[in-house]
Amino acid sequence: MSLDLFSQYIFAGITYGIIYAIVAIGFNIIYNTTGIINFAQGEFVMLGGMTAISFNHFIPLPMAIIAAVLFTMLIGALIEIVFIRWLESPSVLRMIIITIGLSIIIREIALHVWGDTVRALPYFTGNVVSSVTLLGASISPQVLWVLAVCSCIVVLLSLFFKFTPLGKEMQACAANRLAATLCGINAKNMVTFSFMLSAAIGAVAGCVVSPITSSQYDMGTGLAIKGFTVAVLGGLGNSMAAVAAGLLLGILEAFSIAVGFPLAFQDAISISILLIILFVRPHGLFGNKEAASLKEF
Amino acid sequence: MATKKITTIALLVTVVVIVQIGTQLTGTSYYLTQLTMTMYSCLLIIGLCLVMGYAGQISLGHAGFFAIGGYTSASLTTLNVLPSLESGSSCVHLLNSFGLLTASTSMYGDPLLRIHPWIAFVVAITLTALIAFALGIPVLKLKGHYLAMATLGFGIIIFRIVLAMAFFGEADGISDVPGFTLLPGLTVTGNIEERIVNYYIAAAVLISGFVLLLNLIDSRVGRALRAIHGAEDAADAMGINTARYKLYTFVLSAVFAAIAGVLLTHYTGGISPSDAGVMKSVRYVAIVAIGGMASLWGALAMGGVLNFLSLRGLFGSYDDAVFGAILIIIMLFAPEGVLRLSLWSTLKRFKVER
Repeated sequence: MSLDLFSQYIFAGITYGIIYAIVAIGFNIIYNTTGIINFAQGEFVMLGGMTAISFNHFIPLPMAIIAAVLFTMLIGALIEIVFIRWLESPSVLRMIIITIGLSIIIREIALHVWGDTVRALPYFTGNVVSSVTLLGASISPQVLWVLAVCSCIVVLLSLFFKFTPLGKEMQACAANRLAATLCGINAKNMVTFSFMLSAAIGAVAGCVVSPITSSQYDMGTGLAIKGFTVAVLGGLGNSMAAVAAGLLLGILEAFSIAVGFPLAFQDAISISILLIILFVRPHGLFGNKEAASLKEF
Repeated sequence: MATKKITTIALLVTVVVIVQIGTQLTGTSYYLTQLTMTMYSCLLIIGLCLVMGYAGQISLGHAGFFAIGGYTSASLTTLNVLPSLESGSSCVHLLNSFGLLTASTSMYGDPLLRIHPWIAFVVAITLTALIAFALGIPVLKLKGHYLAMATLGFGIIIFRIVLAMAFFGEADGISDVPGFTLLPGLTVTGNIEERIVNYYIAAAVLISGFVLLLNLIDSRVGRALRAIHGAEDAADAMGINTARYKLYTFVLSAVFAAIAGVLLTHYTGGISPSDAGVMKSVRYVAIVAIGGMASLWGALAMGGVLNFLSLRGLFGSYDDAVFGAILIIIMLFAPEGVLRLSLWSTLKRFKVER
């Protein structure tokens, strides 16, 4: 394999990998504050992309994306307030089933609103054929957009959790909910915020990736599985590790195609990785076994 | 105990017979086709109920087991082995000398030699049991979200395999699956003339499966399972081999799913990738949840009603959405299942006192 081709695959892998990482971070934010795995996480990505496409018919692209992100945040907040907030210490099984039910409902509504046609946002700069040469690989400018936006999200999130009062309050809830409540933090509101935040970053990811991968009503499930794989691979709840794990999975997928692995089985690769990791190292590649055994799965 | 069992069987048989006679009298015997299909789905659902309600383990991959059963049987029974017989394959010769191949002619009059469905059935069930066993050993060590995702992942892998492989007909699935002659004169097939017979075959299979499970949960195994569900560590401490019980239950329910898959495939004459889809698995979980998780009766009743309504097309294009909504509503307001709501618990108390 020539060096040019090699870097071409690396870029393809990184592009997908960072999207998986964003979905994984969405999982982690909600998991950290609630202990819930939100099976509807992939639907946020779909909603972000689809609503931005619809809004783009009426308003310019940047406005449409902002509107779509706000809309998806609203949906995230609604989901939490209507379905989750008032439940008293629900069992894990119950939460799994509720969030799966929600993902089905969102997907079916999307099917009835947008139909099953494949749509896409226009390229942010240039068009389908425009390309930039970087390290011998010719890549679409949209790939750079994806990388830039997703990196920004990751950096901003870590700054948010480190330096803003709201971020610290959310972290306090994640560390110890009771102690946080005793310190005067409204834990229930923090959960709502975590749903909104996770919906928002999912929607942003859905928008930037839409020109490359297109958006369709049923794209959520596949993304959710891969995002979860990445979250587990990095160690559930650890967002920085999720980025590394995401890039790893993305590059692995890209090279599996390079060596002639059938495209149809591409999903099977990540799921096999998920299964292997779950069986061999359920606390994740970068996780700590002792810390993981204290968590409730 | 014995009288209770006989009452149960008698009750179920009576319902089955009354429904059949009812459809005959009202001239609506076309309902029997959907009822037959419903009963096969119910077989899978009561098996899943054992895993979810009694052993307390979620499985989002049961459509995968259904598909393994259905696809194995369908691909084997539609395979024409005549060329390999002529080229002298010893394996095929052996089958032929035992009379385990059935000769027929294709639509165009070409001679066909096919593997007898019983062979396919045995292969399908064995294969499913082995896969469930191999999968169950690592998977059942997981809990909660991890277990849900792992079984979901298994389901998706099966879906991808049947969708991508030409041997399984890719997106079209496998059609023209021949009938399954259980005994001479007793064939699982979608022929209109044999509708009533098939209705009773399905009922017999379902009732036997149901009684088997009822016996199981009333036995030492059932008590062990309930102990696991209540508190796994405590059950372990009491000397129950929790891992083994969970595994056996999982394999048994996978076998139930595979039997349902084989019989339903032969009944409808085909299977397609959508039967292996994630939505199907979710739907099965939904029905078990609505029935009240740890209630075989609930699973049977809800499986019967909801599958039948869905097959009748009552929910139209909102079919999946209806199941999603039911799932959420039940989990929010009645996590114990609808049969546990106050009206029903009063009825139940009445029954116990009597």
